Amino acid sequence: MNLTTALARLLLFPGLLFAVPAAWFFMWVERKAVARMQGRIGPPFMQPFYDFVKLLGKQTPQRPGVGGLLMKAWPLIAVSAAAGAVGLLPVLPASGGFEGDLILLLALLELPSMCIIAAGFSSRSIFGEIGSAREAVLSVSYNVVFLLAIVSIAASQHTFRLDALAHLPFSPLQIMGVVALLVCLPAKLHLNPFSLPNAEQEIYSGPMTEYAGPELAMWELSHGLEWVAGTGLVATLVAPHVTLGWLSVLIFVVLSFAIVMLLSVVAAATARLQIDTTVRFYWRCTLIFAVLAVVSALFMRFRA
Amino acid sequence: MKLWNRLMCYCRRRSPWLFHMNSGSCNGCDIELVASLTPRYDAEQLGVRLEGSPRHADILCITGPVTHNAVEAIKTVYGQVCGPKAVVAIGSCPATMNVFIDSRTLDGPLDRHIPVDVFVPGCPPRPDAILLGVAKAAAILAERGSKPPAIETPPEIVGECSNDCICSESKSKEVQA
Repeated sequence: MNLTTALARLLLFPGLLFAVPAAWFFMWVERKAVARMQGRIGPPFMQPFYDFVKLLGKQTPQRPGVGGLLMKAWPLIAVSAAAGAVGLLPVLPASGGFEGDLILLLALLELPSMCIIAAGFSSRSIFGEIGSAREAVLSVSYNVVFLLAIVSIAASQHTFRLDALAHLPFSPLQIMGVVALLVCLPAKLHLNPFSLPNAEQEIYSGPMTEYAGPELAMWELSHGLEWVAGTGLVATLVAPHVTLGWLSVLIFVVLSFAIVMLLSVVAAATARLQIDTTVRFYWRCTLIFAVLAVVSALFMRFRA
Repeated sequence: MKLWNRLMCYCRRRSPWLFHMNSGSCNGCDIELVASLTPRYDAEQLGVRLEGSPRHADILCITGPVTHNAVEAIKTVYGQVCGPKAVVAIGSCPATMNVFIDSRTLDGPLDRHIPVDVFVPGCPPRPDAILLGVAKAAAILAERGSKPPAIETPPEIVGECSNDCICSESKSKEVQA
């Protein structure tokens, strides 16, 4: 991958030019689906865009010192990391890539939740600190499963190239890995039943409590980009291999949309679990599942 | 630049985020505010979101007749809402102190402490009146921009109660005082 293709992927497709409208669209789909499930009509189509522009025009409180600078920096780091993660997705056939880009993608996907944890603690709000602690506990528990699921698919193919993983032949192992990823996505995107860090009935807005104006707009944007990156990762793993460029884009968008709908329906149909129940769920149930996937992947590799 | 300002006005009108504060209310108005978010009235169609933190909010919705204890809290929360902001007083209590008018535990009405943009009178007001009040406040917010609100502006009165009913209530307050 040379500099031009890297920039084109970061800025045009599937990077910012595609990902930002897609992020707003997915956020709208989520709100609309929840509203329809509750028998409401829901927000208008442009609502996430209106929210974003309005937040850009609001004032922010003055925060002196290093703490204030850090609070400005965290949302920007989160947005850039999420945008970079979206830019790495191998949507187009023969879009290039490099050995080990899967590891970079996983690191970039993890960075926004690290920023959320740091932001909650640097805001010094009691609700922010509780939210950050919950986010930290949650990310320790779901990330083991998330990484094992990805590693099981990668280990069976003996590669860490996203491009190679996207064009896998269909196998039961792949289904197992994808299901494990889907179980982790609600926790990664702070959706019910794992919406603990931003549980508004308990701790107001969690780590975001002290954020206002353009900084909050950046958090909303990074959350939307996380939607695109998280659903896009699963979509690229399950998408069938086609050589036509526009067809692969279409398949990517349709699959992402289906995953967003699935997650929204689950979020609307469930209530929030307690933190200990959530941690127990990830460590007891899904960890066994993910370890099985890794073992079978290694077994497949040695047999081959 | 002009286009950006117009877009900003439009977006402010379409995306009012609320923060709800109770200043000693009997919960009647609070229940009606929550009812306006339920499927029957569905405030989210207007872009309304009930936010947990005053930092995120555009419109401060205050219920209750403003007790002595609540005054400092109201001023703090009003300061925590980032500008441009608007205030909606829900119910008859923050407007006139209602039946509690002689109570020595009260320090109302609300507009003695913070500038109020829209009053929604009623005991309690209907959810559609609350929605109308929020929509009016959002329109005021869009026009005002970042300019600080002047306390002297006569507030809007929204809902079933007409102007003269407010006047008669405030007259009776003067007589009793």
